[in-house]
Amino acid sequence: MITYLSNNGDTVLAALRQHIWLALVPVLLGFVIALPIGWLGVRFPWLYHPLVNVAGVLYSIPSLALFVFLPVLLGTKILSPLNIVVALTIYTVALLARTVADGLRAVDPLILQAASAMGYRRLKRLTDVELPVALPVILAGLRSATVANISLVSVGALIGVGGLGQLFTRGFQLFYLEPIFVGIILSVLLAAVADGIIVLIQRALTPWTRA
Amino acid sequence: MNLSYLFDASHWDPGTTGSFPDLLLAHLGYVALALLIGTVIALPVGLYIGHTGRGSFIAINAGNAGRSLPTLGLLMLMVTLLGLGLLPVLIALTVLVVPPILTSAYAGMRTLDHQVVDAAKGMGMRPWQVLTRVELPMALPVLMSGFRSAALQVVATATVAAAVGLSGLGRLMIDGLAVNDYSRVLAGAIVVALLAVLLDLLLALAQRWIVSPGVSKRF
Repeated sequence: MITYLSNNGDTVLAALRQHIWLALVPVLLGFVIALPIGWLGVRFPWLYHPLVNVAGVLYSIPSLALFVFLPVLLGTKILSPLNIVVALTIYTVALLARTVADGLRAVDPLILQAASAMGYRRLKRLTDVELPVALPVILAGLRSATVANISLVSVGALIGVGGLGQLFTRGFQLFYLEPIFVGIILSVLLAAVADGIIVLIQRALTPWTRA
Repeated sequence: MNLSYLFDASHWDPGTTGSFPDLLLAHLGYVALALLIGTVIALPVGLYIGHTGRGSFIAINAGNAGRSLPTLGLLMLMVTLLGLGLLPVLIALTVLVVPPILTSAYAGMRTLDHQVVDAAKGMGMRPWQVLTRVELPMALPVLMSGFRSAALQVVATATVAAAVGLSGLGRLMIDGLAVNDYSRVLAGAIVVALLAVLLDLLLALAQRWIVSPGVSKRF
């Protein structure tokens, strides 16, 4: 494995770099899109159940199917990395919109009343009180979305863009274990590191949960 | 959107290899087999850990480890190690089924109300009776959600397994891509997406049916 790495360092690094981009851009996009959607599901309670159901249906679509179906909707080429980014963004939104809604719904009504009584307007109350209080729940959802995305990117190798997944297909075609091992280990490590970073962010942003 | 492959009647003849019914049946077969073996392994372990509280570490980390494993890598690793065929793919699929079921069985057992368990013991129930008549029914909603995500995971991964030579609905996409027949790729994507959505719906209905109304508070 060491010799494989020293001979193919550049390939592995390029694959890793692509993997990080393909996995994390959708996490950020999905987070930004899911926040207002989740909020809508709380602000208008009749929207909550349709939202949860649509999210559930979207999340259940197998990744390969979504990767190859998106070109029809987007007009992209079938081998375009954009398909992977959009597909993973859809999964992230489906997972997070529900978590955001659940997190905001779970905020103690007494806290909301206290904030309103102190003179917070609706938007200010949302950004300064509700979101921080719901943050542990939202970030827990963000952690599973991030880890899921990192493991899903590899499937993209079947349509030609898959970060570390390309190491799998190469190893499989050549009947050669090293690249497959390296790919799996790096993918799992990447997931662990990304997960750890979100945990650290959460510790920094919500000091009161450790009091 | 070119749906000619999907609506071509000759692709729906159950007798031909590679027709939709043939691939669907193969796909369901892999899914059912992996879920069965995975449940037989994971359920007792998860229930035991949840019941006794011993080894919680394993149950919690199994879930995280399972989620972060790249499915394609696992499939290709197994096939490169053991050769082509059903067995290596089945092992990979089972490896993916175990973590969600193990973790949810554990979580279901841990989060149930201990006063109810104490009451059951106080009424003179044997440990086995407490497990099968009280703890298991109460843990069922959480357990079922783990089973449902395991099922979805297997449906998706069985699709990818076409890339390592297995039958199933993934064949349409992998072969379609290989010969540049996008109509076939699209047909595969639509059928497998419908299968996943329907299966999840069926399991949701099954969950309503098997979870006691006293637990789900629907009575």
